[in-house]
Amino acid sequence: MLAATDLVIDIPERKSGTPLSFEVKAGEIWGILGPNGAGKTTLLHTLAGLKKPRAGSVNLNKDNIQQLRRKQVAQQLAVVFQNNGEGFPATVLETAMIGRHPFISPWDIETADDLAIARNALQRLELSDLEQRLVSTLSGGERQRLAIATALCQSPKLWLADEPSNHLDLKHQVQIMGLLAEQADAGCGIVLCLHDLNLAAHWCDKILLLYPNGDACWGDAEAMLTVAALERLYDQELSMITSEGQTYFMPVSSRNARRD
Amino acid sequence: MAGVKTNSTAGALPRFLTPLLVLFILTLGALTLAITTGSVHISNQELWQVITGGGEPLHRTLVFELRLPRALSAFAAGGLLAVAGALMQVLLRNPLADPYVLGLSGGAAVGALLAMLSGLSAAMVSGSAFIGAMISAVTVFGLAHGTGSWTPTRLLLTGVVIASGWGAAITFMLAVSPSDQLPGMLYWLMGDLAYARSPWMALTVLAIISVLMLPLGRSLNVLARGQMQASALGVSVRPLEWTIYISASLLTAFAVTTAGSIGFVGLIVPHMLRLALGNDQRLILPAAALAGGALLTLADTLARTLIAPEQLPAGVITALIGVPSFLYLLHRSR
Repeated sequence: MLAATDLVIDIPERKSGTPLSFEVKAGEIWGILGPNGAGKTTLLHTLAGLKKPRAGSVNLNKDNIQQLRRKQVAQQLAVVFQNNGEGFPATVLETAMIGRHPFISPWDIETADDLAIARNALQRLELSDLEQRLVSTLSGGERQRLAIATALCQSPKLWLADEPSNHLDLKHQVQIMGLLAEQADAGCGIVLCLHDLNLAAHWCDKILLLYPNGDACWGDAEAMLTVAALERLYDQELSMITSEGQTYFMPVSSRNARRD
Repeated sequence: MAGVKTNSTAGALPRFLTPLLVLFILTLGALTLAITTGSVHISNQELWQVITGGGEPLHRTLVFELRLPRALSAFAAGGLLAVAGALMQVLLRNPLADPYVLGLSGGAAVGALLAMLSGLSAAMVSGSAFIGAMISAVTVFGLAHGTGSWTPTRLLLTGVVIASGWGAAITFMLAVSPSDQLPGMLYWLMGDLAYARSPWMALTVLAIISVLMLPLGRSLNVLARGQMQASALGVSVRPLEWTIYISASLLTAFAVTTAGSIGFVGLIVPHMLRLALGNDQRLILPAAALAGGALLTLADTLARTLIAPEQLPAGVITALIGVPSFLYLLHRSR
């Protein structure tokens, strides 16, 4: 669905980087992992066609995404940004409704169908009661859920989400990862920037590790998520725990050491 | 599908139509007041006779040659400024933006004052103001564009600096101009409709741009959430921003050419409407055209009657009406 070919993302201070060539296929959940400043967000924006790559190309169903009209891209691909809710005052329902924008022609106004889609999405994210609230009055977690509801209104084939679990309590983290997994099962391709290794281990099929110097490697999740690779990635000592068939990664800190 | 559309149209259109209808009636009221009030009072009955082609010759002259052109000019200028202000606020995503924030009025003022100093005719003053406004718009846009991308902050900073440059030029010109020309110049700077002649050009521009903006309304709503988000939702951000900038510049240039640099209308009218009607640009833009027009028509009527036969600059009255009512609305909205 979404294919990167010899892609080098454009980060001004960075001289070079491993050219990325991979394809996000229908039904796959990809996790992009890397320390702060490694370029996860830049990569996500480049994959979404919002930023020009330095080299190589991103293809959305065979078409170069840079050459497609933004509206065509938006009809298939939704982006969940890391910072939401700035800008002009708007209500929760209005905000969810803008997810329908790519599907409405300029002279038309939102139909009853669009309203129903928006209401459904809000209900799905447990935001129905907040429908008429101003976005500026929401908590961080509520805003994050609203951003996901807006993307859901776009009924995308591809989801690119920048840390979708940000600000979320545990219940809503599980809920949202479950929603994304459900979307993948329904045939969507999903790309997530993640900080939480355990979410990545639990939910992702494919992992891409992005190093601060531009190096990168990618592959099946089980193969990529090894203590050695992750310790090098984060420059942080880790320990791996397996419980009930699940893998968990914990940072080893001096405090843990003191307790031993 | 068609059935669904009619259904929802029935639900969404009244939301837009009711406020617009109210504003339209207000506008008609303001225009009627402007036409009937003055040194010679014209009753509604007499006005009706004049409109239907009868009435006294004096009344006909008053209505068709003096009061109607002036009232329509005021309406056009007010509408132009309010729409331009609403557009600038979306473009810069800054509630403090008004039509003049990017220095357009400064450029226009320098043009107008130069023409006055050279003793040119009123028509030349208008033309010169228009050229000044356009020079300012192109300069700001060119400089803000620079080598990289233009962010709202960069555009805003460039505009503000250029505006203060014009401000210095205006002060300099006022300082060196002969004292007999000073009142005319000051009146122009404060906004004055005494020299407004044909309103048709300004009205046409207002109508054309308002209609052009109709299909863009929803895209503007999306742009108000930020460039990235808008782009991700399928808006071609750069062309849209160009369109807004050029439209707002043209609107402002025509307004300033018609009525001098009248303040407050462009800042306050869009805000009042947003406080009262929400933030859907599809409603705010046409509402701004009507409300801005009605406000300036009323202000100009007061300006020429309050201390008649002397006239006040209309800009003073817009501020006197606008500031307290805006503060009241802001205070009421939690």
